[in-house]
Amino acid sequence: MMLRLVAIRLFFGLLTLWAVSVVVFAATQALPGDAALMILGRDATPERVAALRDQLNLNAPVTVQYAQWLHGVVQGDLGTSYSNRSPVTEVLNGPIGASLTLMGLAALVATPIALAVGAFSALRRDRAFDHTTSLGTLVTAAIPEFVVGILLILALGPGGLDVFPSVYSRNGGPEQWVLPVLTLAFAVAPPIVRMMRATMIEVLESEYVQQARLKGLDERTVLTRHALPNAIGPVAQVVALQLAWLAGGVVAVEFLFNFPGIGKVLMDAIENRDVPLVQAVVLLIAGVYILVNLAADVLGLAANPKVRVAR
Amino acid sequence: MTETTETVLSVEGLTVIGRPSDVTIVGDVSLNVRRGEILGLVGESGSGKTTVGLALLAHRKRATEITGGVVEVAGRDLAALDERGVRALRGRAVAYIPQSPASALNPALRLRVQLCEALHDDALSAAEVDARVREVLREVALPDDDAFLGRYPHQLSGGQQQRVAIAMAFVGRPDVIVMDEPTTGLDVTTQAHVLATVRRMTREYGTAGIYISHDMAVVAELADAIAVMYRGEVVEHGPTGEVLASPRHDYTRTLLAAVPRMRTDVPDRERDGDLLRIEGVSAGYGRTPVLEGIDLTVARGECTALVGESGSGKTTLSRTVAGLHRGAVGDLWFDGAPLALNGRRRTVEQRRRVQYVFQNPYEALNPRKRVRDLVLGPYRHLVGRPDDPDRVVAEALERAALPASYADRFPEQLSGGERQRVCIARAVATGPDLLVCDEITSALDVSVQAEIVALLRGLQDEGMALLFVTHNIALVSNIAQRVAVLERGRIVEYGPVGRVMSEPSHEYTRALLADTPDFAPEGAAAD
Repeated sequence: MMLRLVAIRLFFGLLTLWAVSVVVFAATQALPGDAALMILGRDATPERVAALRDQLNLNAPVTVQYAQWLHGVVQGDLGTSYSNRSPVTEVLNGPIGASLTLMGLAALVATPIALAVGAFSALRRDRAFDHTTSLGTLVTAAIPEFVVGILLILALGPGGLDVFPSVYSRNGGPEQWVLPVLTLAFAVAPPIVRMMRATMIEVLESEYVQQARLKGLDERTVLTRHALPNAIGPVAQVVALQLAWLAGGVVAVEFLFNFPGIGKVLMDAIENRDVPLVQAVVLLIAGVYILVNLAADVLGLAANPKVRVAR
Repeated sequence: MTETTETVLSVEGLTVIGRPSDVTIVGDVSLNVRRGEILGLVGESGSGKTTVGLALLAHRKRATEITGGVVEVAGRDLAALDERGVRALRGRAVAYIPQSPASALNPALRLRVQLCEALHDDALSAAEVDARVREVLREVALPDDDAFLGRYPHQLSGGQQQRVAIAMAFVGRPDVIVMDEPTTGLDVTTQAHVLATVRRMTREYGTAGIYISHDMAVVAELADAIAVMYRGEVVEHGPTGEVLASPRHDYTRTLLAAVPRMRTDVPDRERDGDLLRIEGVSAGYGRTPVLEGIDLTVARGECTALVGESGSGKTTLSRTVAGLHRGAVGDLWFDGAPLALNGRRRTVEQRRRVQYVFQNPYEALNPRKRVRDLVLGPYRHLVGRPDDPDRVVAEALERAALPASYADRFPEQLSGGERQRVCIARAVATGPDLLVCDEITSALDVSVQAEIVALLRGLQDEGMALLFVTHNIALVSNIAQRVAVLERGRIVEYGPVGRVMSEPSHEYTRALLADTPDFAPEGAAAD
C-alpha cells in the first residue's frame, strides 16, 4: 500500500517535470532576439549567422527542436551553452554544488531551530515567548528575502558591526557563507515556526495527550513519545514547501551576495540569451522542488500508521 | 476516622472555579467511596461531573483552578503532593478511563507501548511488565499475543478500544478508578460487556470506582451508590436503592423520569396504507456489502424503528431512503409512486415530502448561519420564496418546541438539545410526510433525549410518519409502532413493537433485549 502510494506520487512528479519542460521550452522560444546573432555580435556577416543557425538547428520546426532537446535531456545531455561554447553540464557543475551546499546549510540551520521555536511557543502558549515569536515570524514573513539580506548586511556587514563579509569572493574564508545562509534561513523559517506551533497546540490539547498525562508519565515522555510523532506529518508538508522554495529563492539571494551558484548562472544566462543554460537551470530548480515535496509526502505517509499498516 | 481502612477515596468540599471569569464550576462537593464499590456520578452535560473526575487525578482543565477542598486517595492528600508525587500517584493510585477511547488512545503508538508505559515506575523488570500487561489483557477478554500487542488503535473495533482503555487503567492495580462515560457511543451489546468487565474488575481488585454518566439506567445497574450533580453541586448522594426508590431532589426525579422504560404492552395500531415501501434493497460501500435484500414498509402516520448495533447497516438504509447513498439497488415506492434511489432524480415534491435529521446536531448546522436562514434554506429550495418568511420560521420553531426569538441565534449559542430541535424545525418546515431520524438522540443527554422523543411523538400525532433509527431498544418501545431489527445488513425480525418486545422470535433480538440495562426503580413505578 505504502509502495503503491509512493509510486503514484513519483509518477505525478515526473509528469509535473515534463509539463515544466514544455513550459520552459515554450517560454525560451518566445524570448525576443536571435540566439545566433547574440552569440556572434552585431558585426557578423549574414553567411556566418546563417551557418550558425543551421548548426544550432534553429531552422527546424519548434516541435522537432523540443523533441531533440528532450531526447538529450533524458540522456543527461543538456546541450551546449551559447555563451562559452562548452556543455551545459560542465558549466553547471561547480554552481550546482555551491548552491546545493548553500541550500543545505540554510535548511540545516533553519529547520531544527524553527521546529524547536514552534514547539516551545506551543508549550508557552499565550505567554511572552509565544507573543514575541508570533510577532517576529509575522514581520519576517512579510519582508522579502533580499530586504532581509540587506538588513543583515547593514547590521553585521562592513557598514555595521563588520563581523562578516557582505560579498562572496573566490579566496574568502568560510565566514562569507554566514550572511547568505542566515538570509535564506530567515526567509524559510517563519511558516515552519507557525505551523509547528499550531500543530503542537492541537496535539497537546488532544485527549491522547491528556490521557498520557493522566497515566502519570513525565512531561518529557509525553512530549517526545505522545505529542511529537503526531505533529510530524502535517509539519513535514510545510517544511517541504519551504525547502522546495529554497531552490527558487536562492536566485535573488545569490545575486545579492554575488554568490557563484545556479542563481547567478541563471541571471547571467538570461542576460546573454543563453537558452540551453536557462532551460537547464529552470528544469533543475523544478526537479529539486518536486523531489523535496515527494520526500515530504513519503515522510508524512510513513509517520501515519493508518497508511503504514493496512487494516 | 473509623472507616479509613475501607474508605479509599474521600472528597471534602471540593471547589473549582474558572479563570479568569471566577465562575464556580464545581462548588463544595463531598464524596467518599470504599474499596470494591462503585459510585455513580450522574448529571447532565455541563454539570461539572468530568471536572470532579479529573480533580481526583489532581488534573485540571485549561483555565480552571481548584480553590478549595481536600481530596484524599488511599490516605494521601492530593494538594500536598508535588509534581513528582502527582506523577507517582497517577496510574498507580488513581487511574482514568476516558469517554472516547478512539481519541484517547494515541494513533501513532502500538498498543504494547501504551499499555506498558502505564506501569511507569522502576519497581518492575521488563519481563514483569510484559507478564502483567498480558495478564490484564486476558482479564478484559482481549487476545494477549504479540500480534495483538503490535497493533495500532485504528486496527481495533470501538469495543476493543474501550477494553484496551480499561486494561490500561487496571494494569497498575489502582486504588481508585475514574470512568468518564466509558460506554457513551457504544451500542448496547458492547456496553453490556464493558459494564460487566468494569464491575468484575473493581470487585476482584478491590478498587473504588467513580462512574461518571448522564444515563441513570446504566448507573442504576452498575453503581452501589449514586451522587447526583446539578449545576456544579451534589444535590443528592446515597445508596443506589435509596436514591432510585425515594429520590429527594426534584432534579433526581427528572433524571429518573427521563430514562425510557422498556414497554412490552404497546397496543397494535390500525395501519393506514403504505407511505413508504422498500423492496429488495441492497447497498454497500465499494465492494463491501452493507445491506442485503431489505423489505420494509412505513404506513402513514406510523413510526417504524430500525434497531441494530454499530455497523448493522441502519444508517446506510436511512440514507438510502433519503436518496443520499450511492451504490444501492432495489425498489423504493413513496405514496404509490416509484421513488428514485438517487436523490437527484427525485421530483422536488418527493424531496419535500421526505426529510432527514442527522445524528450529530453539533455537525449538522452551518455555524455561520442564523437559525432563521438554516430553517428557510430547504424551504426556499423545495417550496419556494415565502411571502412571510418570519411566519414560516416561527411556525417551524414552534413545532420543534422552540421560541420564535431563537430565529436570530447562531448555532454556537444553543445547547445540544436546542441544536437538534433546530435540525428538526428545519426538516419539518417544508411539511414532510416522512421524517427519517438517524440516531438523533445518541449525542444527547438522557434528559434531553426524553424531550426530543416527546416532540417526535407530537409530530407523529399530527400525521407525520417516522423512520426512527436507534441502537436503544428501550427507546423503541416508547415511540415506535413497528420495529425492524437489523443484524449484519439483514432484517432478522420485523413486526409490531408489542409482539417483538414481549415474544422476540430471533435469537439476536433476545440478546439485544437482554443487554439493555434493566431499569425499574421501585419508587418510579408508583407515580
